Amino acid sequence: MSEFASGTLTAKNIHLSFGSNHVLRGIDLHVEKGTTASVIGPSGSGKSTLLRVMNRLIEPDQGDILLDGRSVLKDNPDELRRRIGMVFQQFNLFPHKTVAENISLALRKLRGMSKEQARDEALAQLDLVGLKHKADSRPANLSGGQQQRVAIARALAMKPEVMFFDEATSALDPELVKGVLALMTDLAQGGMTMVVVTHEMGFSRNVSDIVTFMDAGVVVESGPPEQLFTNPQTERLQGFLSDVL
Amino acid sequence: MDILNQLANTFFDWKAMGEVIPKMFAVGLPNTIVLAVVSGVIGTALGMLLALMGISRNAAARWVARIYTDILRGLPPVLTILVIGFGFGPIIRELTGSTSPYPMAIAALSLMSGAYIGEIFRSGIQSVDKGQLEATRALGFSYGSSMRLVVVPQGIRRVLPALVNQFIALIKESSLVFMLGLLATEREIFQIGKDAAANSGNLSPYVAAAIFYLALTIPLTHFVNFIDARMRAGRPEKKEPDEAAALVGKGAQA
Repeated sequence: MSEFASGTLTAKNIHLSFGSNHVLRGIDLHVEKGTTASVIGPSGSGKSTLLRVMNRLIEPDQGDILLDGRSVLKDNPDELRRRIGMVFQQFNLFPHKTVAENISLALRKLRGMSKEQARDEALAQLDLVGLKHKADSRPANLSGGQQQRVAIARALAMKPEVMFFDEATSALDPELVKGVLALMTDLAQGGMTMVVVTHEMGFSRNVSDIVTFMDAGVVVESGPPEQLFTNPQTERLQGFLSDVL
Repeated sequence: MDILNQLANTFFDWKAMGEVIPKMFAVGLPNTIVLAVVSGVIGTALGMLLALMGISRNAAARWVARIYTDILRGLPPVLTILVIGFGFGPIIRELTGSTSPYPMAIAALSLMSGAYIGEIFRSGIQSVDKGQLEATRALGFSYGSSMRLVVVPQGIRRVLPALVNQFIALIKESSLVFMLGLLATEREIFQIGKDAAANSGNLSPYVAAAIFYLALTIPLTHFVNFIDARMRAGRPEKKEPDEAAALVGKGAQA
């Protein structure tokens, strides 16, 4: 049973170039409703760019993106992004707003909620990540782990069908990683559709339903975590795993 | 002793000062404040427009802003005020019948300060981390709404000290409008001092004018320092360790 109105996300043959730099060279990714896909690979392999293409922060040169089987490339990109939550490595909370305002801003302006409604909803979301008592603090007065949990609450408040995590724990002090990963695990087990770009091999192995290994803009290997981590088929994945594990 | 007496008489003739000070309060001070505040407000609006044009994705808008800013920042204020005041004054006179150069003085000051304030705003907006725009867009806001609700407010906050400095400069530059030959009721602090000095053959009215300017600018300078320090340190608020950190962090190992 899912706590979320999750969707199925598919990317087909995604190509993207920045000038002569061919960053994504025909990426396919299918994330079934309620499952978690993790994307691993060396720096510069195009993992974070792929996330930004799939919510159209960057438009692909070629390929298709489908949500629940329907192409979204002709939709208004702003409306697409309301359906896909995104969490960033650097949190990107709004420093000039309180924690509660960080969450209520989009609810008021995009969902048309009244100020009180939006605040109530923000407090409810904060409660889920254990930070209701910080509602009126500024982000700068929170630890990195707390800031990232607020960022997750901010994305969840929009009731997204899919959640993207772009190296969500990479900027955290080691002792703070655990709390954020635990929250992400809760979401995955709660039935949220998630695409997680990560360097946390433990999370990738234990939580995701499918792992995709990218290198130099292509998917080198993809499959269930047990298969990829215990029996990598390609030399590139074998080399990568021996470097990071 | 003669020299000291002479200096005291030239600069600190209390009688000459006493005669000019009431007029400075009644006429000069209000006019200086009106000139500075009105052109400050118009200049701020113009500066915001120039800043948004300067970072626009439209190349034509960027060029217009660039050329305007380069010219207005590159000219001596005295020249701009003269050219705008005497050049456009007659046109306005014909259109409105008003012979007062006062609106021209405000226009010239506004156009100049707009160029400076535009650069201040632009640097502030561009200094906002691009992750802020990305995060706002990821929530589903359009580019315009993201800029208006998240990026621009942060950019402005950062440049508030520079903005107040620009306002201080504007108070001082407003003295240059005397060149346009303002009517008696329109004269600002400097010109009232200048007129009195010319009549009395004594420089004390200038000293009185200086005191008026300092009374305006010094508090503003300290206000800049205050907001600068406040923005650096932030409002005092206690930072607590993460609860999760307490379970697995340094505290647990101690």
